[in-house]
Amino acid sequence: MPVVTVHDREIHLDDEGFLTDPAEWDEELARELAANIGLELTPRHLEVIAFARADQAEQGETPTLRRTTAVGGFPTKELFQLFPKKPAKKLSYVAGLQKPVGCV
Amino acid sequence: MTATDLGTAPVPSFDDEDEGGRKLVLICSKGSLDMAYPALVLANAALGEGIEVHIFFTFWGFEIINKKTMGDLKFVAMGNPATHMPNAVMGLPGMTAVATRMMRKQIAELDVPEVPEFLDIIHESGGHLWACRMSADMNRLTEGDLYDGVEGIISATDFMELSQGAQIIFI
Repeated sequence: MPVVTVHDREIHLDDEGFLTDPAEWDEELARELAANIGLELTPRHLEVIAFARADQAEQGETPTLRRTTAVGGFPTKELFQLFPKKPAKKLSYVAGLQKPVGCV
Repeated sequence: MTATDLGTAPVPSFDDEDEGGRKLVLICSKGSLDMAYPALVLANAALGEGIEVHIFFTFWGFEIINKKTMGDLKFVAMGNPATHMPNAVMGLPGMTAVATRMMRKQIAELDVPEVPEFLDIIHESGGHLWACRMSADMNRLTEGDLYDGVEGIISATDFMELSQGAQIIFI
């Protein structure tokens, strides 16, 4: 498992680059992760990220896109605009979470 | 592996080269509840991966996009050995309603949407929905009878054009 040191903190990643421990995440890191995949975070991105992280903390797994829409209240179309092409995966990456495992 | 900054960390390969130009076409030819979901689930998953998706509804598949029937698809257990129920029982009056109710409940418990809402999601995610010309003519249906997200009623030849280069799944 790769370990990187960012701003004097150790960050644990899986082989693909997703954080393995959501607690190691902060907003500054989110901006750097976002830059890695060509995204610049807006306040709206941060709202979606906040929902995903809170939901993961509560449910123990990363919300699927459907859950982000149905429970978080973020319209599907908007999620595709904020996190183009692969919204669920990009959201999880930037939010410091593992990829969602659910089918829908 | 230890790296000193994020610049040397692995980054998931989201983009997009692999999926660039990847196109999936699903043909829905069946009108039962259990035949609708495989297409809807796969279409939704593909859209979430940035893949161009088209669904072509033909013959009984029209049930999925006919406004009158799309919210009320049935599951028939009779003649389906995977239900492990005797046909003599599943053929009794009312059993289709029972089996349908059970399946709907199982699907809802997984927080998977009903068919009309699922079509909304696919539509909003940029999926393309098409209806078959011959099936529409046979059933005397026009675009007004069909789910609003259906982009058009198209011929078999049109389908050949839009499916060029696509991976095709027939359901």
